[in-house]
Amino acid sequence: MRDKRIRHDEVVAELRDGMTVGIGGWGSRRKPMSLVRAILRSPVKDLTVVAYGGPDVGLLCAAGKVRRLITGFVSLDSIALEPHYRAARERGTVEVSELDEGMLQWGLYAATLRLPFLPTRAGLGSDVMTLNPHLRTVRSPYDDGEELVAVPAIELDVALVHVNRCDPAGNAALLGPDPYFDDLFLGAAARRFISTERVVGTEELLTDAPLASLRIHRGMVDGVVEAPRGAHFTECPPDYGRDEAFQRRYAKAAADPAAWNAFYEQFLAGTDDDYRRALEGGDA
Amino acid sequence: MAAARHEICAVALAEAFRGDGEILASPIGVLPQIAARLARATFAPDLLLTDGVATLIGGVPPVGLGADAPVPVVEGWLPYRAIFDTVWSGRRHVVMGASQIDRYGNQNIACIGDPARPKVQLLGMRGAPGNTINHPTSYWVPAHGKRVFVAKVDVVTGVGYDRARALGPRASRFHDIRRVVTDLAVLDFQTPSRAMRLASVHPGVTVADVVERTGFPLIVDEPVPTTRLPTDHELRLLREVIDPRGVGAREIAAA
Repeated sequence: MRDKRIRHDEVVAELRDGMTVGIGGWGSRRKPMSLVRAILRSPVKDLTVVAYGGPDVGLLCAAGKVRRLITGFVSLDSIALEPHYRAARERGTVEVSELDEGMLQWGLYAATLRLPFLPTRAGLGSDVMTLNPHLRTVRSPYDDGEELVAVPAIELDVALVHVNRCDPAGNAALLGPDPYFDDLFLGAAARRFISTERVVGTEELLTDAPLASLRIHRGMVDGVVEAPRGAHFTECPPDYGRDEAFQRRYAKAAADPAAWNAFYEQFLAGTDDDYRRALEGGDA
Repeated sequence: MAAARHEICAVALAEAFRGDGEILASPIGVLPQIAARLARATFAPDLLLTDGVATLIGGVPPVGLGADAPVPVVEGWLPYRAIFDTVWSGRRHVVMGASQIDRYGNQNIACIGDPARPKVQLLGMRGAPGNTINHPTSYWVPAHGKRVFVAKVDVVTGVGYDRARALGPRASRFHDIRRVVTDLAVLDFQTPSRAMRLASVHPGVTVADVVERTGFPLIVDEPVPTTRLPTDHELRLLREVIDPRGVGAREIAAA
């Protein structure tokens, strides 16, 4: 097995302006935040971001990295609206394709299966269809003749996913209650990177996990980044819950440009090690 | 026992689940959660309920206890992927909120103003399009007023009866908006045109109160009945078992 361990900046070096980047997790849950912060520090721009959005989307919008967003929502869960995303929408600085949550899954699944589209009823009759004029319907070729939404494949240039445990080759265990759609983000992408709380030996993958937790195998992964607390401040159970105090501080800072600059300098401008040191500094 | 307004709302929301059988109840909001648990504890014992994350839970656990909540009995695993499968299979009844709703039950939770550059960004599409076209949907509006009950919603997230009808009988055959419960009344679509009807007013509320605070003409078949009161058994369940700290009342007060 190949050792695929790389650094945050090596992942970001693969990004080009205008690429489509899918980010795993859901809302403020198990987001690859250390990789997102690494993108913030890079010159890359004009990204199309695909996500069940949380602070990953908010941070990238605030940093002006996002040209277009494909999503079903952007939320911090315990805070209903992501403040940076809300501001970006209300200023009109980001183009958004809002899909039904299930349609987003279907687009990623179609890309995973190399199909041009997958059919569904979800979206029919709603403004998902009028606000996304590129969406088409398809008629069943069978006797029912039913008209359905043809959700187009959402092909990703790069997928970023955070996991609990991973071996050096990319065999990974998701130990929390929900794997979300991370396997589909990886399946839909040309280049696939995972960050992990801890790199373990392959033989250790099942020491504290059932077989069914190994949702990601090395055939789905091109690079592995070791990133303890890599999902902070989003939750990453069972390793840690959401840092609600930090999230409140993030949301509060986002409401005021001066406060946001200070927050950025304190936590986001430096490396991953700087971030952990800033958290340990005690005033987080 | 005298029932408070939020308890009347809880029972009216619970009634939305009557007869649903062994399907997933997805109540979004505090009083809807209380209501689904009340329904399961009484007349809808087969309902499936989650903890709001990925676990199907047994029993009738209390709401609003935070870290003091007892660990519920686990019946099963329902991550988002399985929830989407359940949505599209039709074996679910959701109670959603509505920032705006019109006379045919078109719901908006996405944004206020032009969706290209909204005046106020709200939740987004979430699962509303897929929910409403696939399985029964009810709505909970804790502050009945003209800001919510509008002639035209800014964005259609949840599909209403006029939009469903335009899709034709085949595409709309699973579309089913059961009721809209507010702090004032229960509304439904049991009319020939499928326009919203005032089904009942809560005790102490007049028909004029509701009509005045609705931004489109409601269908009113006089005499409008009064929403049923909770039974003593339901009140005991609400106060002692399901909502011992009275968090349900706050949802109306805060709205």
